[in-house]
Amino acid sequence: MPDPKVLPFAARAAGCPFTPAPELYAMQKDEELPRIGVPSPILDEFEAVAITRYEDARALLSDERLRMGFVFDPDAPRSMLNQPGNLLNYNGADHTRLRRMLTGAFTVKRVRALQPTIEKIVASRLDALEAAGPGADLISTFCTPIPTLVICELLGVPYEHREDFQRRAQVGLDVNATREEHIRNLMEMDAYMGELVAAHRRSPGDNLLGAVVREHGDQLNEDELVGIGNMLLVAGHETTASMLSAGSTLLLQHPDQLAVVRDEPEAVDGAIEELLRYISPAITMPREAAEDIEVRGRTIKQGERVVLSVLAANRDHTLADGDLDTLDVRRTPPPHVVFGYGAHQCLGQQLARAELRTALPALFRRFPTLRLAAPQEEIDYRTTTLVFSVNALPVTW
Amino acid sequence: MVLRVEIDEPRCVAAGHCVTAAPEVFDQRDSDGVVVLLDAAPPAGERERVREAALLCPAAAILLHERDGA
Repeated sequence: MPDPKVLPFAARAAGCPFTPAPELYAMQKDEELPRIGVPSPILDEFEAVAITRYEDARALLSDERLRMGFVFDPDAPRSMLNQPGNLLNYNGADHTRLRRMLTGAFTVKRVRALQPTIEKIVASRLDALEAAGPGADLISTFCTPIPTLVICELLGVPYEHREDFQRRAQVGLDVNATREEHIRNLMEMDAYMGELVAAHRRSPGDNLLGAVVREHGDQLNEDELVGIGNMLLVAGHETTASMLSAGSTLLLQHPDQLAVVRDEPEAVDGAIEELLRYISPAITMPREAAEDIEVRGRTIKQGERVVLSVLAANRDHTLADGDLDTLDVRRTPPPHVVFGYGAHQCLGQQLARAELRTALPALFRRFPTLRLAAPQEEIDYRTTTLVFSVNALPVTW
Repeated sequence: MVLRVEIDEPRCVAAGHCVTAAPEVFDQRDSDGVVVLLDAAPPAGERERVREAALLCPAAAILLHERDGA
């Protein structure tokens, strides 16, 4: 798949990949609701209302008149964005019905019960990192495999399939893979997910997908179950991998902040919120107005598309005292919309937090001398896709 | 000051913020993660945490009623 053009909306300041471009801040100050052109691999370029202020984003994300930008269309070709079972393709009662079948698996209690599993996975990747070095790519050895392996546990992917599973997940993220490779990869992922679902139908496993089949299998068809599995993989993998990648990159460039994450267990929860806010990996949320909606006396017309900039909203300087463009892991975390807001707020957010607060301190404790093995200017950031990340990060210790 | 907590159950999206913020006052149903109110009239020591829970709730499903009283 060719790289999508950089969304004007996701543009970063020159030389500062973590900072929004000045144009985004200019939009935020604009009293009007600007309409911008948004390039899309699916819809070509479309016009959309740009939402960049935190208060506007929060109000709109909890407004039922603002619908999801892509609704499942059974007549259109299936893709990762167009498939049944993906919560991002549903609205209203249909969304609630499907979401409630999955929320039981993501309660605070269930996520706490996964803690030993997460710790085991993190420890195994730390061993792999040690074996690979000194000197290794932190992204492919540590940051990307952790969320994939957690998802393998939730879906019940057997050990002997995990290497292949991980390879397909990697291809799915690879901006350098061709369109043909992506299509072939998607077909393989669908086929494998179909096999997993069939195995759970025969004998539901003791894991998330097994529980969904056991408890709700009579209300879901195979396509929906495959879609749920794919959604869990995509949503649970790419964003968390990005947070681990961008989070360790940032901290390695700010040794004083890294020391807080490494040495002060009571400060870790706040530090993770700050990293989430600061990195805002999922850059934008596409929506569509089902009716006219008033925002600060301006109107979003029925049928208009809307894009919300998570990055800009989380840097809205009216939110808190202090410079929100400076990373400060000790600050009282300002509110953020990293996980969205309203009925669609991220289902797996507590799981994501658990992975981050386990993996990052463990990494810096195990490798206290961990440092970048390339100049900062050479870090390969991924700024052209819908999820911001780092492609490779040479480190040594 | 008396604080009374009310839950708008159908609105709940099971994000779990309330359980993290005020575990003495909120829990989640095992089957679908929907909020369970453990204490509708939490003691003074819980008030800050309950307010935080209401603030964090992405679905505005926690309603707080504050009134003067013994």
